[in-house]
Amino acid sequence: MNSLHGLLEVLRADHHRDRVVPATGFTATLTTLTAAAMAFLIVFALSLSFAADRLSARWATALEGTATIRISAPQDQLAIQVERSLAILSETAGIETARALNIEEQQALLAPWFGPDIPLADLPVPKLIAITEMDGGFDAQGLRLRLAAEVPGAVLDDHMRWRKPLVRAAQRLTLLGAFSILIIALTSGAMVMLAARAALAANAQVIAVLRLIGATDTYIVAAFVRRFAMRAFVGSCLGVVGGGLILLFLPSETTTASILTGLRLQGVDWIWLFMIPPALAAVAFIATRFAANRVLGELS
Amino acid sequence: MIDLENVAYSYGGGELLSEMSLSIASGAFYFLTGPSGAGKTTFLKLCYGALVPTAGQIRIFGNDVRGMSRDEVALTRRRIGVVHQDCQFIDHMSVLDNIALPLAVSGNNTLAEDANLKELLAWVGLSHRAKAFPPELSGGERQRAALARAIIMSPDVILADEPTGNVDWEMSERLLQLLLELNRMGKTVLIASHDLSLIRSAKSQVQARVLRISNRRLQLAGANL
Repeated sequence: MNSLHGLLEVLRADHHRDRVVPATGFTATLTTLTAAAMAFLIVFALSLSFAADRLSARWATALEGTATIRISAPQDQLAIQVERSLAILSETAGIETARALNIEEQQALLAPWFGPDIPLADLPVPKLIAITEMDGGFDAQGLRLRLAAEVPGAVLDDHMRWRKPLVRAAQRLTLLGAFSILIIALTSGAMVMLAARAALAANAQVIAVLRLIGATDTYIVAAFVRRFAMRAFVGSCLGVVGGGLILLFLPSETTTASILTGLRLQGVDWIWLFMIPPALAAVAFIATRFAANRVLGELS
Repeated sequence: MIDLENVAYSYGGGELLSEMSLSIASGAFYFLTGPSGAGKTTFLKLCYGALVPTAGQIRIFGNDVRGMSRDEVALTRRRIGVVHQDCQFIDHMSVLDNIALPLAVSGNNTLAEDANLKELLAWVGLSHRAKAFPPELSGGERQRAALARAIIMSPDVILADEPTGNVDWEMSERLLQLLLELNRMGKTVLIASHDLSLIRSAKSQVQARVLRISNRRLQLAGANL
């Protein structure tokens, strides 16, 4: 109840009270700049988080529902083994399609490493069979055992071992971004608190005068808190605008095939930027209130 | 208004004030005298709740100081006008704003008060200095501004700590006249001062009671000073 009253007191614009604390000063500029820097950092931590989130979602779905069989065998047996594999696959429950990649497709896959003109036909390159699963998936372990018995050169890869660590890494990155935002918010709070303590010390006379003439703690605290919350708000607006502009001019996703995604925010994610200034103002509010209440508690 | 019962106060070491009992009567005019360092300022601070007695009991407007919350102390101070010898102001605000500050702080900052404010400024003779800033004021002007600020809320009690300490004789006479006028309007006035000529001057105009702090105790001084 008491803190609600305090909050309402802070939100209430009071021309007279707002002038009680000197408007200018080193700490004022410093608080605004700090808030701007912090907001700027939060913009990038946010975009990192969102990018990582998109990445993990993409990696999770991109290879989902597909598997590959790789057949390495002497050249003369290759065709037979591919045929045998396809036959086994057609008998396996849960497999939608199975198709051996042709020379051109394999060439396209290898082109990034060997260049476009490799004579693939002359090389002992393994053959690949691309599999798409039905919704329920198939029994990978059973298929692996059957292939081992009948097609010695075949290796089934259901992509799980690639996907899992990638998705996990991307999720960790998302978490790291969120954690960074938390740390930045806490640091902002600490910095505002230090600045507020300095301001309270510098304005000891103002506080003494206010106490003498019968100002309640709520009034005195509100005078300082409002100042600092406003500075944090203005500063973080500047930081968000700066960070946002940089993000806006970052290259978007290069190509759709790329597994990497741009840092640039997408769609509704931009809305999050508008929440930074109020959030930092709230952090400044809490920090200043805490500092002011402590300082006042020590006075008679 | 303010009742002291066996009050003692000590700053860590020995007792500065002890066994003080007094009942400050409504509408009375008091002087508090005694040598420097006798504890006059401490006594005043006890009277407006800035200090809590180390022994005994003080009741301000019937409320025990010890049981008061910080907000209650703040509300009580709106009924007690305090003028210090080294009166402090909010230096970046004009004299007018400083004097009106108690109104703003208590939420009574209305247009109706504006007329009162002008009248008050004229009464303390600071109309021409309304826009000035406190550091630009002379000692006497500061004292009068502090007095105006102390009485703008129409307090029941006015406590003045050496109000004439930094000003010449003419100015102290003028301040005294203002305080006497307030007393005639029914306000209780208590002035701490070691300026005997000021006390004599007042005694010729008002039924003043003179309290003296001597040997850590509060005594009612006789008629002869």
